[in-house]
Amino acid sequence: MGRNFGRPVRRLEDGRFIQGNGRFVDDVILPRQTYAAFVRSPYAHARITGLDAAPALQMPGVVRVMTAADLAGAPDMPCGWMIHSRDGAEMKVGSRPLLASDTVRYVGEPVAVVVAESRDQARDAAEAVAVDYDELPVVVDCGDAMAPGMPQLHPAISDNLAYDWELGDEAAVDAALAVAAHRVELTLRNNRLIPNAMEPRACNADWDAQDEKLTVWMTHQNPFGMRTLYSAYYGLAAEHSLRIVSPDVGGGFGAKAPNYPEEVVVAFAAKLVRRPVKWTADRTEAFLTDAHGRDHLTTATLGLDAEGRFLALKVDTIANMGGYLSTTGSLIPTYMYGTMLSGQYVIPAIHCRTRAVYTNTCPVDAYRGAGRPEAAYVVERIVNVAARAIGVDQAEIRRRNFIRDFPYQTPVLFEYDSGDYEGSLNQALALSDYAGFPARKAEAAARGKLRGIGVAAYVEACGIGPSAILAKLGGGAGMWDSAEVRVNPVGTVEVLSGAHSHGQGHATTLAQLVADRFGVPIESIRIVQGDTDRIQAGTGTYGSRASVGMSATFNACEKIIAKGRRICAHLLQVPEDSVRFADGVFASAATNKTIPFGEMAAAAHAANAFPTREIEPGLVESSFFDPPNFTYPSGVYVAEVEIDPLTGVTEVAAFSAADDFGIIANPMIVEGQIHGGLTQGIGQALWEECRYDPDTAQLITASYLDYGMPRADGLPEFRLAFGCAPSPSNPLGMKGCGEAGAIGSPPAVINAICDALAIDHLDMPARPEKVWRLLHPKAAG
Amino acid sequence: MYDLAYVRPGGLAEATALLEADENATALAGGQTLLPVLRARLASPSRLVDVARLAELKGMALDGDRVVIGAAETHAAVSQSPVVAGAIPALGRLAGGIGDPQVRNRGTLGGAIANNDPAACYPSAALALDAVIRTTRREIAAADFFTDLFSTALEPGELVTAVMFPRCAQAAYVKFPNPASRFALIGVFAARTAAGMRIAVTGAGAGVFRWREAELRIDAGGGVADLDDLALPEDAFTSDLHGSADYRMHLARVMTGRAIAAVDA
Amino acid sequence: MTVALRVNGEDVRIDVTDRTLLIHALRDHLRLTGAHMGCDTSQCGACTVLVDGVAVKSCAMLAGQADGCEVVTIEGLARDGALHPMQAAFAEHHGLQCGFCTPGMIMLGIDLVRRRGAADEATVRSELAGNLCRCTGYQNIVKAIAAGARDMAGAA
Repeated sequence: MGRNFGRPVRRLEDGRFIQGNGRFVDDVILPRQTYAAFVRSPYAHARITGLDAAPALQMPGVVRVMTAADLAGAPDMPCGWMIHSRDGAEMKVGSRPLLASDTVRYVGEPVAVVVAESRDQARDAAEAVAVDYDELPVVVDCGDAMAPGMPQLHPAISDNLAYDWELGDEAAVDAALAVAAHRVELTLRNNRLIPNAMEPRACNADWDAQDEKLTVWMTHQNPFGMRTLYSAYYGLAAEHSLRIVSPDVGGGFGAKAPNYPEEVVVAFAAKLVRRPVKWTADRTEAFLTDAHGRDHLTTATLGLDAEGRFLALKVDTIANMGGYLSTTGSLIPTYMYGTMLSGQYVIPAIHCRTRAVYTNTCPVDAYRGAGRPEAAYVVERIVNVAARAIGVDQAEIRRRNFIRDFPYQTPVLFEYDSGDYEGSLNQALALSDYAGFPARKAEAAARGKLRGIGVAAYVEACGIGPSAILAKLGGGAGMWDSAEVRVNPVGTVEVLSGAHSHGQGHATTLAQLVADRFGVPIESIRIVQGDTDRIQAGTGTYGSRASVGMSATFNACEKIIAKGRRICAHLLQVPEDSVRFADGVFASAATNKTIPFGEMAAAAHAANAFPTREIEPGLVESSFFDPPNFTYPSGVYVAEVEIDPLTGVTEVAAFSAADDFGIIANPMIVEGQIHGGLTQGIGQALWEECRYDPDTAQLITASYLDYGMPRADGLPEFRLAFGCAPSPSNPLGMKGCGEAGAIGSPPAVINAICDALAIDHLDMPARPEKVWRLLHPKAAG
Repeated sequence: MYDLAYVRPGGLAEATALLEADENATALAGGQTLLPVLRARLASPSRLVDVARLAELKGMALDGDRVVIGAAETHAAVSQSPVVAGAIPALGRLAGGIGDPQVRNRGTLGGAIANNDPAACYPSAALALDAVIRTTRREIAAADFFTDLFSTALEPGELVTAVMFPRCAQAAYVKFPNPASRFALIGVFAARTAAGMRIAVTGAGAGVFRWREAELRIDAGGGVADLDDLALPEDAFTSDLHGSADYRMHLARVMTGRAIAAVDA
Repeated sequence: MTVALRVNGEDVRIDVTDRTLLIHALRDHLRLTGAHMGCDTSQCGACTVLVDGVAVKSCAMLAGQADGCEVVTIEGLARDGALHPMQAAFAEHHGLQCGFCTPGMIMLGIDLVRRRGAADEATVRSELAGNLCRCTGYQNIVKAIAAGARDMAGAA
């Protein structure tokens, strides 16, 4: 721990947010601004038989109406991760145009866009675009999609099956299951979620015809990725003439990482109308079209020996892709999911089969955890079913099966880097007073309440890399990150970071790192992110990968210090290898003179005290860090619930989380990440559920009146503890903490509910009526 | 929101004239329901007649055995009123539990009554307490006022000006909130009135109603435990994604028991 | 129509269409972009401002309805460079992550103190019924508002 690094330093970026000076995309109004409104399909599956924009063109303030015909040269939207089926065939990608031209496949799919002088005028005119549809039958449930006779979404893709993928040794699993002393089976659903970052998607595109330069302000997690796509794939402008600016981003959670049609269409529109075009989604559009999360139907079988040790796990999952494959939609239920099915346990044989299917629903992509929550939910649920079946305590069965030696090669591709799973379990049991639970249960029973306790242990993979391995798995982009550290003549520091904060506090944590490394005040450091014209390169932030960008920053700092030592050797007239740097001061045993960091910076720029043929003037260094392996954060969570048997209402009475994120940059910020992740996971377990009407595929949870968002009053005060098994995969020993809370909490809560009700399973969310019906099976209806 | 005209008349007579002159005009009070509806383009009135600041629609005072509350009084004002707290404490608490603080700062009694959302809180109190709704044209008993979901006895151009609630010290409102919207999935207002126990149920789906069988059972000396076998009007309950009719009926029993227990506490 | 407002202590007149919401008048006409639009159904509270001293959702109010009123937005809280105690509490207690809901949370917190004084955490949680946050899990927002309320009570 340094003066800053490792401490709960208050956030440097807060000043602008708490005074209303944050800069979000919708805050930007450009000269000659126009506004876009999309015409969207009201049907989930239909043929477009006619489209008449003429009435809209007569409306006040309308500048332009664009349809698929105006985008005739533009390619279909790409899926960025190639998955191969078990038979070796490439996944089948349904054609997804930017604007639908002949068929629509989910409610809200964009069909046309109106550009007008004001937001209201654009919206008025969008209603006047006349589109004729011939409705087609729909399929909603992933469990139905492959059944005979179901509506087929894409031509030449039979049974709506995008791919049939597998991982692991099926024969070994079957053999182990055949001789296992105990076998338990579980069928479960992982409920579809709607991400709901509080800032809706927004963009503002500006075409400078003179310079042939396109600037797109876009609320996004990966501005450089979008620049590459917009330039190389869509051909909107040459890469060096395309600027993506993602200023303050109001939450992402994965849903601001994909490539969406609306932003691309707005960029084309700006070129067409030669005026800036702005689009800000309203919340209804966010519900309808932001990539949804989860939506799996899974059957799992776990085999155990007579002592309760795990022998084999077999998992068969159907994953709902929605109407099209989103940018990384194919990756989530495969390499982000099957690879995590070993959990924290020694399971000698594991097999995962995933069939990804198209349905008439919004495309599904990454949402906080992205595959890893689905895996943890399967493992942690079936472990509790097994514990119940063989009469072993849920903490004890985990203890009996923990991985204890690292690195650990799982049967499903990944090699875990480090961990202390039993340490986290012990922490969590102490934090939750696990031993005192029977007394609390009895006390609750005296009040007429059913109390239950649930343990869940998760491990996840963060800091995705290295690029070469990922390419072998189907990845289409490098997964390094980049930083440039600029030390100015008076010793202030700018860090140009290719990571991108959307609430994670990089402006503080990166500054903590650099301040301590250089021994300078944290106030003298500024972190720059989110502007492809200012930053050299980057891959953005998702999958809890800030450790990658932070490692690049660290390495760039090391280069600065190395150069500083060379410069100071000349200034001090001592051998270079005698120069040491500590606490902001260069010193040498060969002299009493010392040089503070700032003076070295001044000398580097003055360039008059060292030979500039040997040492270049200036003090700017960059680093690209390609991690040698993922990092593997882990933790053990204990949820305690209390159920009112009269109403079925579940209250989370207590929640304890013991996490291991390796080295932590700022415990205050990490705790905040856990609070948020736990809340999203509790939301999934208790309230959140994206529901489509099964007959029409209309989204029936399309507002906060119908989609159960967590609010302040339904949550306990979280108790947190941290262990520390540093990751060897990066120079800082960090692991990543952004998604953990959302991964471990759903199984912890459901395990607690099942404990309270003394049942094997109930599907999320545990809505009051569902729980009430379990308790009163004879009730009418 | 579709294009429309906004007008703020200076007095009640002017407001009434504006509303009577244009059948597509709509009165706007706090707007906490109406404005989201307009934003969703679910309605397209030609004109909004803002009545929120009309002095004629303000005031909370005792009038004999009744509390008279102006239609434009906000939920926040009702919840903080010493007059209301003294005469019908349960009504103040009900008002303090509607929506959220910002909605309570703008939303009005008259707007809630006139909108008659089947999940609204106020109609249950009006019905249980035998309130009288005063309009620009007449006085209407609550029992005659709430005709169907989202509809009332109000005629075109007729405005609620005040609601008169008989005093009642022994009353309670218990709400089971919809976890998403926080509207009442079921809300029960129970009151011991001079005429006996009154129980009004909101949130069931088809509009607020009195559970007369339960009232009679309690008046006959029954206790909360005696309600389990009592029939509820099945056609009052509907199913939606938040709860089946069966579950709502069950909740109505449970919340009735809790409301009566709170009345007698 | 012309709407006259007193916004953060300054008298302003703006020309808007009749259907203009207060949030759009503030953001687009007065360029006060601190209040945010986070939903269509007035559930999320990111647009919360004070109108005549009480917290309202500026997405559920027409600009015309605020004619003649005093409006205070998040931009109007700090005085002479000094943060309002509720603002300072959010920074001190890490009550924000992405910052989008924060202005609404702070304005609601101030309204809460007006009505409830130095409220305890349970009260704060129930008072946040109309403000959504997706980042923080609310725990530090609740602590920030409770602390801000104590500081405001102490300063009064």
